[in-house]
Amino acid sequence: MSPKTLYDKIWDAHVAHEADDGTCLLYIDRHLVHEVTSPQAFEGLRMAGRTVRAPEKTIAVPDHNVPTTMGREDVTQMTEDSRIQVAALDTNAKEFGIHYYPMNDVRQGIVHIVGPEQGWTLPGMTVVCGDSHTATHGAFGALAHGIGTSEVEHVLATQTLIQKKSKNMKVEITGKLKPGVTAKDITLAVIGETGTAGGTGYVIEYCGEAIRDLSMEGRMTVCNMAIEGGARAGLIAPDQTTFDYCMGRPHAPKAGAWEQAVAYWKTLFTDEGAHFDKVITLKGEDIQPVVTWGTSPEDVLPITGVVPAPEDFEGGKVEAARRSLDYMGLTPGQKLDEIEIDTVFIGSCTNGRIEDLRAVAKVVKGKKIKDGMRAMIVPGSGLVRAQAEEEGLAEIFEAAGFEWRLAGCSMCLAMNPDQLSENERCASTSNRNFEGRQGFKGRTHLVSPAMAAAAALTGKLTDVREMI
Amino acid sequence: MEKFIKLHGIAAPMPLVNIDTDMIIPKIFLKSIQRSGFGKNLFDEMRFNRDGSEIADFVLNKPQYRKAEILIAGDNFGCGSSREHAPWAIADFGIRCIVSTSFADIFFNNSFKNGILPIVLPQEQVDLLMKDAEKGENARMTVDLEAQEITTSDGEVIAFEVDAFKKHCLLNGLDDIGLTMEKAEAIDAFEAQAEAARPWA
Repeated sequence: MSPKTLYDKIWDAHVAHEADDGTCLLYIDRHLVHEVTSPQAFEGLRMAGRTVRAPEKTIAVPDHNVPTTMGREDVTQMTEDSRIQVAALDTNAKEFGIHYYPMNDVRQGIVHIVGPEQGWTLPGMTVVCGDSHTATHGAFGALAHGIGTSEVEHVLATQTLIQKKSKNMKVEITGKLKPGVTAKDITLAVIGETGTAGGTGYVIEYCGEAIRDLSMEGRMTVCNMAIEGGARAGLIAPDQTTFDYCMGRPHAPKAGAWEQAVAYWKTLFTDEGAHFDKVITLKGEDIQPVVTWGTSPEDVLPITGVVPAPEDFEGGKVEAARRSLDYMGLTPGQKLDEIEIDTVFIGSCTNGRIEDLRAVAKVVKGKKIKDGMRAMIVPGSGLVRAQAEEEGLAEIFEAAGFEWRLAGCSMCLAMNPDQLSENERCASTSNRNFEGRQGFKGRTHLVSPAMAAAAALTGKLTDVREMI
Repeated sequence: MEKFIKLHGIAAPMPLVNIDTDMIIPKIFLKSIQRSGFGKNLFDEMRFNRDGSEIADFVLNKPQYRKAEILIAGDNFGCGSSREHAPWAIADFGIRCIVSTSFADIFFNNSFKNGILPIVLPQEQVDLLMKDAEKGENARMTVDLEAQEITTSDGEVIAFEVDAFKKHCLLNGLDDIGLTMEKAEAIDAFEAQAEAARPWA
């Protein structure tokens, strides 16, 4: 048998039907659902008189719209249209009998944090959600990607997706990371290298010593942003770190089934000699803490750098860079660590887990954020929030001057009231610096949690290595 | 789904690279639970001032492109969020075909589900079509899906590739859920086998 990549193995294990032209029906093990991209799909089922084929494999949670301020059980905190969307999810979950974590359940949170936390996401699975950051679940060696609402409806009705296989790309990060460099810096550095379209048509497998050394949470951060590089999915082969994370989670297999599962999971790796269509290698020790300067996640530079000029680029990127600099209010040659910010957002499916909050606490403990700074910490789930409170992190944050919020997507996409105003400039641990993403005319610099913490203290983009 | 067979219409040039789905339809318009009515907010922040007045130099506000049915776009069109509201807005506005050097994966799939034909061509050919589109409303292109050809206003013919299954669905306006349900036996069989092999999943 010819050697296979990890992606080949998961793909082959999920093809329910293959047509002569190579179009496949891929069976879906877990379907995650949130309130923004699902109402039209449920409505479609209703109109066609269809049911959810596998409600036991379908998990819903409201996250995009929900307020993150205290007292949100009072639904008048939401705008009417948000309230209608969340209420529609309540109704659809009940009517179609799918698993559901309502807004006021302590297990509620961002769908990509809840799935792994509850043990829904496991190695070797196929996982989809009407959300591009479904790539996150690839950290478990699960084939996970975002889909549109028509596909949400297709999966609800048939538990399959119509797919053609992608190509294989290997992204290897060799060696060790230097202090102050995190999973977020790895994933941004890779996008800086490949560009936002570099992964189009591929599934990426991340490997190498620096990836192996990451915790599950770090691996989730890396895979989360595979989509920003254009890839359909990102994958990391499961290992003991993965098994240890999964064990004992509410929906992970128990007792005998656990042994059987682990035995299977141990077969999920890329065979020696398997073919990759594209290979990218970065040295872990070369990666520095990075920030974005523009309005595309590929606009990445080390914090020690300067704002580039449009002429530094080629082709269509020249005009795009000019537009970005104008939007961001930056001048070529300006030092990145002299850019002043007024807002800090810590949270999102990229960086809203407990280790991210610990990294922030380590930097800000016993210190105060800059006067006039608006700094917000939004845990990724109710359980992350509870854990941070138990560990005393919440006290550190509040003493430093951060707002300590309830769980949700919040200012990552600013669909709820957590938004930037015009020309406000934010150091953000989220995943997209697009125009208007965090609020109309808001300006976003993507950074790691430690870098965001450092920026909150100094009031400008800051090299966190000077603080540790 | 509306069929796509042949289109003869105005093409609007949007050479900007990395046009993301937040640009195509900003999140404040994602709160609807309907599929329709998004066209009036297509490219909202590029197209309108905050007071609702039009930004005159935005391409779709120019008199010659207000009825565009084709977009010639820069590289990596539709990147970012998976929101199907983006193709819903594009189709609702009246655009049925987009040409670029590359599309983001999810947007590309979403387009086909909504009667929109995304066409990938090499840079030189996109450049040629961009020039043609810049001529304005007198320069109408023809997109023939059956023949897999674009004909410029000068009569130049450019061939394009399209996945055979997706082409079949577009030409016939097929609902792919119905097609998949015809394969229910294969899904049943797969499910039974998978449950035996991986009972924890």
